[in-house]
Amino acid sequence: MRNAQKTIIIVMVLAATIAAGCKKKPVATPQPAPTVEAPPDTTPPPAPPQRVEETAPVPQPRLPEDAIANRSLDDLNRDSPLKPVFFGLDSAELDDAGRGVATANADVLKKYASWAITIEGHCDERGTAEYNLALGERRALAVKTYLSSLGIPPDRMRTVSYGKEFPFDVAHTEDAWSRNRRGHFVITAK
Amino acid sequence: MHTHLTTWRVAFLTVVLVAAAIFVLPSAPRAARPQQPPQQPSELALVISGDPGTPPRYAVPDFVGLTPDVGDVAKTIGQVLWDDLAFEREFYLIPRDTYGSVPAARTPEQIPFASWRELGADAVVFGTVQRTGNDVRIQVRLFNVRTRQSVFSKEYSGAVANPRLYAHTISDEIHDQQRGLKGVARTKLAFASDRNGVPLGGTVENRQVKEIYIADYDGANQRRLTVSRQLNVNPSWSPDTRSLAYTTYRPIPDIFVSFIYQGVLQNPTKGSGTNYLPVFSPDGKQIAFMSGRDGNPEIYVMNADGSNVRRLTNHPAGDSTPTWSPSGAQIAFTSDRTGKPQIYVMGADGSNLRRLDIKQSEADRPTWSPAPFNEIAFAGRTGGGFDIIVYEMSTGKTTPLTFGEGSNESPAYSPGGRHVAFTSTRSGGRTQIFTMGRDGKGLRQITRDGNNQTPAWSN
Repeated sequence: MRNAQKTIIIVMVLAATIAAGCKKKPVATPQPAPTVEAPPDTTPPPAPPQRVEETAPVPQPRLPEDAIANRSLDDLNRDSPLKPVFFGLDSAELDDAGRGVATANADVLKKYASWAITIEGHCDERGTAEYNLALGERRALAVKTYLSSLGIPPDRMRTVSYGKEFPFDVAHTEDAWSRNRRGHFVITAK
Repeated sequence: MHTHLTTWRVAFLTVVLVAAAIFVLPSAPRAARPQQPPQQPSELALVISGDPGTPPRYAVPDFVGLTPDVGDVAKTIGQVLWDDLAFEREFYLIPRDTYGSVPAARTPEQIPFASWRELGADAVVFGTVQRTGNDVRIQVRLFNVRTRQSVFSKEYSGAVANPRLYAHTISDEIHDQQRGLKGVARTKLAFASDRNGVPLGGTVENRQVKEIYIADYDGANQRRLTVSRQLNVNPSWSPDTRSLAYTTYRPIPDIFVSFIYQGVLQNPTKGSGTNYLPVFSPDGKQIAFMSGRDGNPEIYVMNADGSNVRRLTNHPAGDSTPTWSPSGAQIAFTSDRTGKPQIYVMGADGSNLRRLDIKQSEADRPTWSPAPFNEIAFAGRTGGGFDIIVYEMSTGKTTPLTFGEGSNESPAYSPGGRHVAFTSTRSGGRTQIFTMGRDGKGLRQITRDGNNQTPAWSN
């Protein structure tokens, strides 16, 4: 009897594993020839986002247009043309630098009008887990509202707050915290 | 898109089946609770007292195995019962390693009362375990060492799968009979954990899933409830302990309710934007929660089935972490409308909003105690981290329960309000669940594996 139950549980856990495995079906997109990218299996992990200062120029797309259009979602998000927007401590307001980045992102979204995105609100680790859910929600919604004011249709944008669950930089420093207080853009459809 | 939906269906079904397998088949905690024959008519249902001004001193030796193959069960029950009785701190438990000088008894007639008296015992537990076919029969008595009279006598029979449950049941019944106290030995803790180290789907960053786990109140029998391979946090027990509401990211955060014994999963907030931090009302009929559906995090209440949604707050700041008063007439929550998180109280219809006068610069995650106490525990900023602090509603007095050892967050009261579960980073930097008395004493570490957060204590 116990063995039978174990078997049932094992089968179901396997089912769950298979189900989850099915979910992430890697999209095999043919890579355009003239890029200088390393082969996919040696792609380095993403560089941590840099705090964008007020004087920062509008980020330039680093790849030719057709390369962006042809890349898979995974590849796009790994080195995204949509840059994160950073926030001050306990703040959900976009400052000048944040508005500059958001505006550049809006330009990209206008160029690729089929893209849908999720805006993730993230926080540094100093507040509690629960308070940061609300703060991250306000950050994500603030970015969405701003992009909407620039003409991006709201139905292309979803928001989610991860609070302090997923810091970009796990160090316990002011520098890390400033990088973790962010609105992060994920392209979910193209 | 089609693949996606199918995957969810499979995952959902798996959750249901695994939950059913775990909770219904082998040892449903409620269904398989030992049968309790009516208490023997006791002519002397007396309360055992200690020396004046001190709690009675209890001795709980190993139970006696009357058949050859139940030695481990007998030992486990004795040890767990000792721990359970010690947890409530109503009695002084004489340490088990001092019992060596006391001759073992196999029948009540052989109990060496004089030896127990020498050890300072006011009360001694005598229990036996006997195999009967596939089951076990457990008999237990509590003796007044001075009068040598049995003041408590019970017999249980049932499956041998979870001997700890017999000890928990005995502990609760002794507390009930001797102290008129509802013990917590059969309650459970739910929490979120990343212990499995499963990476979250997607390539953006290094992220791990968190699943909801359930453990006995003492940390034994830790089992995973959810298998969604997503972020699952903030569980809340329904008052009947039959279901758990929690925040799940699919990938948009939403509220799910898992009926853990029936294997049914519901999504009362389906299709209504982002929804977080569900918490059942004391009567179980409503759920308060936070939602960004109207463009800003606000507090909402709905019926447990998702109907009759009402928005209670309306402020451009963030309002979060609702908690119900014991009667269900009021709701406390966190808001940063002053620029920093502070705790507010309002009627359950949103009326009569007021801010609690709390001196900490940040106060978050209020948890209203059950009756008979009327206090709110919260995480208050103290230096670089947080401490668990209690605000007494009648006097406005605040009392810290932790003192800067690690950062301490997410307080959750036990039923009856005599204990608090919380998270702390005090043990090596990872976040773990601990329990303590409502006076901050009697600390116990519940989890050790991975990071564990947002505890909820069942009735």
